[in-house]
Amino acid sequence: MMGGYTMFLLAGFTPLPWLVVAVLAVLAAMFTSLFTEMVAFRPVREKSLTAMLITSFAVSTLLQNGALLIISPRARAVNLPQIFQTSVMIAGTSVPWRNILTILTSLIMLTLLTLLLRRTVLGIALRAAADNFTMTRMLGVPANTVISAAFAISGIMAGIVSIFWIARSATVTPAIGAPPLLVAFVATVIGGMRSLTGAVVGGFVYAIIISLLGIFLPPDLLEFREAFMFVFVIIILLFRPQGLISSKTSVERVG
Amino acid sequence: MNLIARLKPFNTPLSLVSVILLIAVLTELLGISLLTRIVTVMFVSIILVLGLQLYMGNSGILSFSHIGFMGIGAYTSVLLSMTPTAKELTNSNLYPFLIPLHLPFLPSLLIGALVAAIIAALVGYPLMRLSDAAAVITTFALLVIINVVMVHWDRVTNGPRTLFGVDNYTTLWTSLIFCLITIFAVFLFKESRVGLRLRATRDDAYAAASIGINMMVMRWLAFIASAFIAGVGGALWAHFITSFTPYSFYLTETFVILAMLVIGGPYSVSGAVIGTLVVTAAREVLRAIENYVNILQIFPEGFFGFTEVVLAIVLIVILIYRPTGLIGSQEIRWPFRRRKAGSSEPSHSINQIS
Repeated sequence: MMGGYTMFLLAGFTPLPWLVVAVLAVLAAMFTSLFTEMVAFRPVREKSLTAMLITSFAVSTLLQNGALLIISPRARAVNLPQIFQTSVMIAGTSVPWRNILTILTSLIMLTLLTLLLRRTVLGIALRAAADNFTMTRMLGVPANTVISAAFAISGIMAGIVSIFWIARSATVTPAIGAPPLLVAFVATVIGGMRSLTGAVVGGFVYAIIISLLGIFLPPDLLEFREAFMFVFVIIILLFRPQGLISSKTSVERVG
Repeated sequence: MNLIARLKPFNTPLSLVSVILLIAVLTELLGISLLTRIVTVMFVSIILVLGLQLYMGNSGILSFSHIGFMGIGAYTSVLLSMTPTAKELTNSNLYPFLIPLHLPFLPSLLIGALVAAIIAALVGYPLMRLSDAAAVITTFALLVIINVVMVHWDRVTNGPRTLFGVDNYTTLWTSLIFCLITIFAVFLFKESRVGLRLRATRDDAYAAASIGINMMVMRWLAFIASAFIAGVGGALWAHFITSFTPYSFYLTETFVILAMLVIGGPYSVSGAVIGTLVVTAAREVLRAIENYVNILQIFPEGFFGFTEVVLAIVLIVILIYRPTGLIGSQEIRWPFRRRKAGSSEPSHSINQIS
């Protein structure tokens, strides 16, 4: 959402070339993410998970209503280059460029993220912190830096996603972040919160299940597709709380 | 034993009840219709916040599904209390067997709450074994499921469209009476055997299990009771607002109720009540400012969302600096005085429940 609004603001009011605007949008998302981490999440991080969850709920309400307050409750048009509207013919079917770009971008991002997590010092520190935070700190890894880095990375990813998400409708509204949030949430829970493979598998499983539900559900029940999806989420959590792909050090969630 | 001594254990609920009664009497004496509306909604909010406190405060687990049960209570009671002609008028697609059902207000309300409780009992049992993030995510999933069903089951709920034609049964005094009953009920639950055991599992799950407390059953009972109270709140709210959509029972309302509880203090009955009073007052002031700015037309696009922004900031500040809320974990007692540090009751803070 932040990315989208930055694009709207910059593309609407500045003569910058489009690519620069996109980069700035991603940066804006990253800085928002970093800023909320420092101001809102860091003080409650050591308190409890419940406090963290309530805080994130508050932050998302804050951002949404902030946009409502400062910009407008109505949808705003975002200028995008032509490439997002055109299609190409591949093997007799017309494929929008947008989809091709989305697939390519996700492949690139996934590769980069995997490399980052597996090959760099930051990546190792991040994974160590996820496995055992206290131990990681004892070994001299600066905790705040690591967590900030995690937030920055997720901000960058969210910013990139926002470009493609907004390209679908070429408008931005305060509530635009909600549907992708739910998808990301479901996919992460299904796949497993502690591994990158899990997130990817989760994404595919989500897409496959939602499409299968679309095909096989009787028309009367088709509208309830999302409800079935969330029932599935609950079942996954009940029987495999660690997700489909679990890391070796998943914490106990039952009890 | 004289009367005063007998009433001593009930000091907290009696103090809270007198505050609420005082507000009700003052409101009635002033007789301003806007104020009466605000106070009526506030009493209903107290019921909802207390319902959430009953589960969250005693079990230490955050629940997002509460407002979903409020919606179930609202729709069920409304379908029972509306006249057949009003039903046909508002939703021509209604199941035929639902149309002739017509009950007085009180049975409708109780059946609505009961349906919410039964649904909570059925879906809640398997969820009770989860804790931590998994527990929160499942209740969130439950809220989404309830919302999707309400939005799309148009033969019952009129779908995403507004359901109108509900008779206004909830007055200041009906909401007051239910509010007072709820205060006592939630307090008694906290002090009951189940409440005490549940709080033991919250403070130390393993120690509680070692003395033979069945955590799942304790949580489950609290979850059902909480859903019942949410159903009562929903039914009262529906018969006051008289026209609503399924989106009235979703994230916005969840945020407000949660903010009231967390700001007041999730670990005490007093916190829930005081939080609701404070947040309601603050919201009305902020909304008045919002309206005033809109009338002045300083902003060409209108001035919306200010109330929520301030509320979210306050919520974050409270979580950082006072994680047990304004009241903390101790109940208020009359006469109000600060207790010495190291009093008999240990204070549990949000910190210790990880």
